[in-house]
Amino acid sequence: MTEQIDYYLEDYLRMDRLPHIWCAGCGLGIILKSYVQALYELEYDLDKIVTVSGIGCAGRASGYVNTDAFHTTHGRALPFATGISTSNTDIKPVVISGDGDLFAIGGNHLIHAARRNINMLVICSNNFNYGMTGAQYGPTTPRDMRTPTSPYGNIENPFNLVSLVSSAGATMVSRWTVFHVNQLKNSIKKGLTKNGFSFIEVLSPCTTGYGRLNKMSPIDMMRDLRDTCKIRKVHPTEATIEPGKEVIIGDFVDIEKPTYADVLDQLTRRSTE
Amino acid sequence: MSETIPTGKHFVHGDWACAEGAIAAGCGYFAAYPITPATEISEHIASRFPQLGRRFVQFEDEIGAIASVIGASFSGMKAMTATSGPGISLMLENIGLAVMTEVPCVIVNVMRGGPSTGQPTMGAQADVMQCRWGAHGDVEIIALAPQSVQECFDLTVHAFNLSEEYRTPVFLLSDANIGHMFEKLEIPAADEIEIVNRKKPQVFPPDYKPYEADESMVPPMACFGEGYRFYSTGLTHNEMGYPDMSVETQDKLVRRLCDKIRRNKKKINMTEETMTEDCDVLVVTYGVTARSAASAVQMARREGIKAGLLRLITLWPFPDWKIEELADNVKGVVVPEMNYGQLVREVERSVKPTPVEFIPKLGENPPSPDEILERIRRLAK
Ligand SMILES: Cc1ncc(C[n+]2csc(CCOP(=O)(O)OP(=O)(O)O)c2C)c(N)n1
Ligand code: SF4
Ligand SMILES: [Mg+2]
Repeated sequence: MTEQIDYYLEDYLRMDRLPHIWCAGCGLGIILKSYVQALYELEYDLDKIVTVSGIGCAGRASGYVNTDAFHTTHGRALPFATGISTSNTDIKPVVISGDGDLFAIGGNHLIHAARRNINMLVICSNNFNYGMTGAQYGPTTPRDMRTPTSPYGNIENPFNLVSLVSSAGATMVSRWTVFHVNQLKNSIKKGLTKNGFSFIEVLSPCTTGYGRLNKMSPIDMMRDLRDTCKIRKVHPTEATIEPGKEVIIGDFVDIEKPTYADVLDQLTRRSTE
Repeated sequence: MSETIPTGKHFVHGDWACAEGAIAAGCGYFAAYPITPATEISEHIASRFPQLGRRFVQFEDEIGAIASVIGASFSGMKAMTATSGPGISLMLENIGLAVMTEVPCVIVNVMRGGPSTGQPTMGAQADVMQCRWGAHGDVEIIALAPQSVQECFDLTVHAFNLSEEYRTPVFLLSDANIGHMFEKLEIPAADEIEIVNRKKPQVFPPDYKPYEADESMVPPMACFGEGYRFYSTGLTHNEMGYPDMSVETQDKLVRRLCDKIRRNKKKINMTEETMTEDCDVLVVTYGVTARSAASAVQMARREGIKAGLLRLITLWPFPDWKIEELADNVKGVVVPEMNYGQLVREVERSVKPTPVEFIPKLGENPPSPDEILERIRRLAK
């Protein structure tokens, strides 16, 4: 039997860089596919996108997309994207990076980019650990989970990312998973067309590191996303992620306010009056 | 003041002149985090940039400031940041990225006393080695050291030009003395200011290889949003910009990044010589300390001692060949600097076996002309 391969996304990917480096069962391939599918369905002008990432497994996504792309330093994708977004307002920076990159080493930049309402879309792959360095615990790891640096179980409290980013001032905040591919793709489409700081948290299995250490197979991890995630409208502060409890996914914030580029233009008018 | 380039005479401080130099050079994006004694640069930019429709962002920290400067430069803007020692310490990782991904930008360090918080309001020249060796890996850097308010303007413009020509970060190493000193500044007419712009690709996007260089060793630079759809990474990369972990690619890339500056060191380097033709004692120094040294050399000549001064305007790449040449016929070399022994090591290496007298000065002002004169006398005997 000859396999039918769909090549319609060829123009959206750097085919000469595939196959990618990610492990079998990793959620990152689904995030990448959802992103390029969203660009495809919107017929988005690829010359007007810069895909920016920090460092980590998720950070490698920028290298596979056929847009201008910048693989920067660990944690700093957002200030790079801020420089891009404020100096060329025709460009939409799309940041794809990991939970550790965006909320541990880069946490300060995240709250400030949201506060300033920089026009960009941030897609955060939350795999609950630092995948690339070998599955150590990070700022999103739930309590008691075992990792190479928490061999007796994690003693720290995790961030609730949607609550953090909402209170920092983002104009769009959503949480989806790599099981909910349609909703994820639609959410990315919304973020791509929104003028403002948009944030999508994507729960995504790290099978090799985190999964194996906590005795979850790739299939278990997908099943878990299907069974524990519930689409509901709640206040962001209620959307905590705790082992054994249901996880709320969906849209949390969708508001309009002037972007940083808008207020910079106002400033120019004010300064020359 | 609303004209882009305020041609004419001004009585201003060095930080003001530096900010105006950036404006004259065409800097369209500036980001910084406040720090003494560099804050006045941000303050002047904050009042001027909005009127000119240019972008000033006061960042949450220096790591973000330099990152955004690199992002802006990659988006086609000329971009600058200004800080002091503690800020440079935070910026170093991203400065290495700018070197690796070949993004032009200007980094101003108005030096103050260290280590750590040190002496925030007082001058020093103790970051000259940090500037050279601070970023990890094999890095070549360009650094210019102004000695006056006028040079804060002129060398800021020149720093932009060098960064554009070589696609590399360029440091302006000023200090609290010059940054806060008031002096006459003369801003030339716009058409008298030389402006260099980055070389652009001459091929169609599908044929563009972002890191392929000709014999100049500097690849033409496409920017984001121009349709080239290129990828840039801080990982070791091949000519396409793609990660490649092979020994050959690492070797080729690092050599090119360093050699594009090393092989042009004579072209890049600028020095100023005073009475060096017949000198028995040579003073080598830079920045604000050169003003003391110039007086000392005059005083020595009045006493009949043949002293001469070599002022380094470009600290990096280091003009070892020039110092070696001048030191050939002298009895000794005096090196005053506002630190506990930094550039003097480079001088010693260049002039061996000629004796070198080092004058360290820790705190606030450069060594006095008398202190320098005394060492000149000692070596002249
Ligand atoms: C300054 C710095 N510190 C540490 C590292 C090592 N490092 C690389 S990736 C990474 C963690 C990545 O975790 P995350 O952002 O969650 O991405 P993931 O790999 O899980 O997708 C770390 C700590 C680095 N590259 N740079
Ligand atoms: S280590 Fe984890 S996050 Fe990284 S590619 Fe493998 S499965 Fe994915
Ligand atoms: Mg992670």
